This record gives sequence, structure tokens and C-alpha cells, in this order.
Amino acid sequence: METIAKLSILADAAKYDASCASSGVKGRNSLGGKGMGSSEGMGICHSYAPDGRCISLLKILLTNFCIYDCRYCINRKSSNVQRARFTAAEVVALTLDFYRRNCIEGLFLSSGIIQSSDYTMEQLVEVARSLREDHDFRGYIHLKTIPDAAPELLALAGRYADRLSINIELPTPEGLQQLAPEKNAKQIQSAMGDVARHIQLAKQEGRSQAASSIISLPGSQRVRRARPPRYAPGGQSTQMIVGADDASDAAILLTSSGLYGGHGLRRVYYSAFSPIPDASADLPLQAPPLLREHRLYQADWLMRFYGFAHQEIVLPGSGGMLDLELDPKLAWALAHRQHFPMNLNRAPKEWLLRVPGLGVRSVQRLLMARRGRSLRLADLQQLRIATAKVLAFVELADYHPRRADLESPLLRQQLLQRMSHGVVQQKHSGMRLPDMGLSAKTSQLSLFD
Amino acid sequence: MDTNPESSSAVSRDFLVIELAQPDDFDGFRQAARVLLALNAEPHAVRWRFCQPLAQQMPTQDLFAADEAGSVVGRALTPDALDQLPLPPTQPLRLGKSQLSTLRLACCHNLAGRFALCYRWLHRLQSDHRLRLDALDSDWREIERLAKAAGREIHKMHAFVRFRPVPGTEADGQAMQIAWFEPEHHVLRAASGFFRRRFPNMRWAILTPQCSVYWDLEQLLLAPGSTADQAPEPDAGEQLWLTYYRSTFNPARLKEQAMQREMPRKYWKNLPEAVLISELVAGARGRTQRMLQT
Ligand code: SF4
Repeated sequence: METIAKLSILADAAKYDASCASSGVKGRNSLGGKGMGSSEGMGICHSYAPDGRCISLLKILLTNFCIYDCRYCINRKSSNVQRARFTAAEVVALTLDFYRRNCIEGLFLSSGIIQSSDYTMEQLVEVARSLREDHDFRGYIHLKTIPDAAPELLALAGRYADRLSINIELPTPEGLQQLAPEKNAKQIQSAMGDVARHIQLAKQEGRSQAASSIISLPGSQRVRRARPPRYAPGGQSTQMIVGADDASDAAILLTSSGLYGGHGLRRVYYSAFSPIPDASADLPLQAPPLLREHRLYQADWLMRFYGFAHQEIVLPGSGGMLDLELDPKLAWALAHRQHFPMNLNRAPKEWLLRVPGLGVRSVQRLLMARRGRSLRLADLQQLRIATAKVLAFVELADYHPRRADLESPLLRQQLLQRMSHGVVQQKHSGMRLPDMGLSAKTSQLSLFD
Repeated sequence: MDTNPESSSAVSRDFLVIELAQPDDFDGFRQAARVLLALNAEPHAVRWRFCQPLAQQMPTQDLFAADEAGSVVGRALTPDALDQLPLPPTQPLRLGKSQLSTLRLACCHNLAGRFALCYRWLHRLQSDHRLRLDALDSDWREIERLAKAAGREIHKMHAFVRFRPVPGTEADGQAMQIAWFEPEHHVLRAASGFFRRRFPNMRWAILTPQCSVYWDLEQLLLAPGSTADQAPEPDAGEQLWLTYYRSTFNPARLKEQAMQREMPRKYWKNLPEAVLISELVAGARGRTQRMLQT
């Protein structure tokens, strides 16, 4: 089969995985090297597909042959999809070609399981090795790791890759048991733990070496020393499929919170279960729950950047589900009106972060601005954060919402109406967000602006 | 100190004209502004213009009305000439690093009044130091707006430049990678360092209407602007990229608006994959229906 035909099959087979971003590697470039590539913090979205997703990496499977039979997967053994298999050299050549054209930041490689887990993992590692060692490729490499592959292979993978990920697949062990009977939740967790330990160790070694390094005087020869061993400097991530089993949002957020806390994951990606051609009969036949996925991302951000605990986000009486009509922060505020209106001139940062409509960046700007003056309505407009949502919950030097309005049972309805008239921009949270020219660090945090 | 007589006569007229070397000549601007601030030159008494040394048909562009321009031609000072003027001792203005980089970016914007705006803010800052912390000042907000737009354009350029291989003429036989891009602001120079760090071992060039940049494996060279017909044609290998773009799209998640927000139409004409968009969008509904039925 020609490369182009394989590419079409193996890119198609990989497209359901959402965890395809490139970020978290700083200050690597090819000056003084033999090959090409750089990673300068935030990755770049080189294109966008009509599904709104950023195209940052060449996201393909090495092969879509698989000996497993996970129900939700288009590549499962019992699916009658067309099969193909790349050689390692083909993947290397494709990556370099797309990179040279400036179409991608690097490679996101995953695979169906062929022969054995170890054999498959070896093939994945070989691609990464060849890119790094044979071609001095310094772009981004993300390898999807097979949970039960040998520890030596896992160790090797981390040497070459910027990011490793192991998919947790489903929110609960029961769900996994039901839909991916050959997979083992314990094994997945333990592999994640291994990766986390490797990452931790490499970081510590890097730090202690930096601490002991000699500071050279200006003009003197720089002292060269061996670089500390690297291990997945971009951290580890995972993906969870939403809507293929009956796990509630509360259960999903509980699992995520455990992953962030337990294994120090960089990201949990939520992937709305997508209808696939030739789907298994055990699965719901329906359009993917995209709005639910979006709300989960918002909830995830509340946990990571806004100081919310997972159990706060899903409200009592909701049956464990997030409100689909309102973003979770607004829903939380409506259910906790006794804390509002928030005084923007006096409230501490952690409370400003709880105001609906205020993103992390707006909060920073407000904190800056209020040092020099007492904030008024006009200042808010100047900062472009005077949205209907915000105004319902705050007070300023010259603006005091009426208590009765805030307590009115109609408030929810009114806000919904005003929002649907305003610009409702649902930034797609699964992707990397735009506008990284100036505010590389914070633009990612503006999900609630 | 010896003074240049012509310069001092220019200073005594109603206004001074400063001629910068390029449309994005921030270093020249900075050099000139330092002198002007020391002389306490009022913002309305300073006019800024720049040369377009690399553009093919564009002469020096004046940043103010043509009739006014006519009356001052020949009296323009370069930042270097300004530096010859004797200066009263003054406290130099100190700026934060991020303020400086915001100003630098703002000066890449294509707004005609960008240098005047930046100078006005600096001049106001000199007489009122509290302005430095005032993030809500309207001049500063405008400068930030320009900087943000220029920064975004740099970022989009890093993302959307597409190289095509052209057989090389050098002895090593290495292909040359050439891209055609039409930036909205004067960002080519600001955006080039990224490509140098990423592709130091490949010969590449980015052609734009205003000027072009060429990396010869050792240094970045600026060259005159080009036209779209000088850009290379698609090569056979590009089909692989188009195939990938087609296959990685999930029709069950069609979100055209989200795509357009990040990849506005103005970029489409120079993105090879953009020709596929309408076909993919049109076919999406049918493909999803079939998946739901099977
Ligand atoms: S192991 Fe991976 S590729 Fe194979 S069926 Fe399961 S999810 Fe699909």
C-alpha cells in the first residue's frame, strides 16, 4: 500500500483522540544542531480542521490492527474497518516532511496493539529514537504508551518523548470492565504512577544539577557538563471518553481530581464519545454530547485554576450532572448568592476568581488596576469586562446592584436571555486557545472571560 | 560641543520631522525618542515618517497629510543626526521590560500614527511618573491594542507560513524552502527569528509584498518585496498534507465557526489545505448520518 493510502487510514483512525496539543517544553531550538525543530513554550496551532480543532501535531496510529476489542474503538478487532500499518521509517519521513513545510509542531503517535504490548511499544519507541538520534529532530513528540509494556520500554520512551500519555479511557473501573474487558484499571493506574515517578526523578536531578553548576565569569569559556537525563519534560496526560457509559459528571470530576492530585497529570482530556462507522451494538447511537464535554472542560479549569474543589462544582440536587444551560461557575454563583455581590475594590483574589464572567486574566488586571484607583463602572468597560454576567454579581464605587435583583428567582432566566443576545462565544475548551502572541501564559486561562 | 547647523535649524522650526529607517524601526524610534524627551519636544511638534528601503514601488511614506509633507521635505532628521544635538542633562526615562516589548510590538502595527502615539505616551510619562502604573490610561490601552494585534499577526505567521521545496541552486544540492505570506502588519522581521531557530540547517525564504527574508544557513538577509506569482507552485508532496488534513477531520463534530475564529478567511488564500474546507463541510452531515445509521 502506498504511503498516501496508509496515511488516510491511519490518520482517520487516530482522529478520535482529543489529547493532541503540544505545550510545556521550553527553550529548545536547533541552533548548533544538525537537524531541525524547536519548542518554545506554547505550541502552535498550524491549522484548524472544520471541526474547530487545532492541528498542531501529526496525529496518527502506527497501525490500526489490534488484538483487543474495546467497544468504543473504531480499531477494535471486531470492526470491519480497513487496516494498514506504517513502518517506523515511513512515520519518520512523514513527520520530517510536514515539519519542514511548517505544517506541524511534531508528532503524536499511538498504535493499536499488535502481537504483544512490548512489541508494539518497541515500534513506537523506535520512531521516536530515530527522529531524535538519526535526524536530531528537536520538535515535539508525544507517545501514547501501552500500560502493560515492560518498564524498560517506558523508561526509554520518556527519554525521547516530550509527553507521554496513558489513556484512562473511561471514568470508572466498572465502565472499563464493561466496554474494554481486556484492559485493566489497576494496571493503567500503576503505569501512570511509574511515569509520574520517572518525571519526578528527572526533575529533581535537573534541579540539583542546576544548583551545583558553576557560574562562569563573563568572557570565560562556558563550562560544559552532561545534560541531566530528560524524561517527558512536557509531563503526562490522559484521555477519558464521555458519554459511552453511564458515569455521571460528578464521577468524572472525582476521577480527574484524583489523577491531578495522585499522578500530577498535566491535562485530562475529555472526549465526547463520537459515533464511529461500524459501531458496536453495546453503544449509544446518538450524536456526541459536545456540550457536556464543553462543560466538563470548564469544570476541569475551575479545579485547576480557580480554586474549586471537585465536589463543589456539581451542585446538590442535580443528580450528579453539570447544568448544560449555564457554565459551571455561573451555576455555582446562582446557587450561592449569599456570597454576592462581590466588591471588586475589596474582595481578595480567591473570591474575585469566583465571580462569573471573570477569567484569571481579568482578575489579574483588576488587581493591578485597583492598586492605583477605586474601580468604577467605566473602568470595567475600559478593561472590556463589563458583561451582563459580571455585573449581576459585583459592586463598584459607583455601582451597586439591588439586593432584590440578586435574590430574584428570575435571575437565572434573565441571565440566560441576556447571554443569548450577547456574543456567546463558546471557545472550544478541548483545544489550545488562540492569541498567544502577547499573553502566552495567561491566554489559556481565559475560558470564562 | 559641535552641533550640526542644519539640525539645529530644524529644531527651531515649528516641528521636527524624524525619518526612521524602516516601517518597524523601533530601535531608531527609541534612539530618537531619547533625544526628543531630553529636549522636551512637544508631541504635536514632532512628525514621524519612515523609509521603505525594500519595497519595490513604494517611495518613502509620509505619516501625515501630503501638503504638509511637501513643506518639510528635506528637513527630516534621522535618529543618528538627532544624536548629534547637545542635550541638557536629564534623568533618562526608565521603562519596565514588558512595557518596552509592548512598545516594540506596537511599532510593528500598520497604523500610521503608531510612532506618534508611542511618543506621546512617553512624553506624558516623563512629566507624570504615575502614568507608568496606570494600566487604564487611554493612550496606553491603545498602545496595548496595537501591540496585541501585531503580536497576534506574528503568532499567526509562525503558524500559517507554508514552505514549498524548490530545487536548490547551491553546490550542496539542498532544496530551498520558499513561502509566500501576506502579513497585515510590519512583522516579517519580528517573526523571522523563530524560523531561524527552528530551521537553521535548511535554506529558506519568506516572500512578502513589502520585503523578503532569506536564510542562507549563516545569516538572515533582507531582500525586496515580491509578488504572489513569484511564489512556488504546489509540489507533489503537498498531497500528503492535504490527505492528512482531510482524514483528521471528524465530521460528527463540525464546528465551522470555531475554525474560522482561529483561522480567519484572510489567511485561506495562502494555506494549501483551505481549498478542502468547503468540500469537507458540505459532506459532513451526510457522513455523520451514515455513521449513526450503521
Ligand atoms: S487497545 Fe486501543 S486500538 Fe485496540 S481496540 Fe482498544 S482502544 Fe482500540
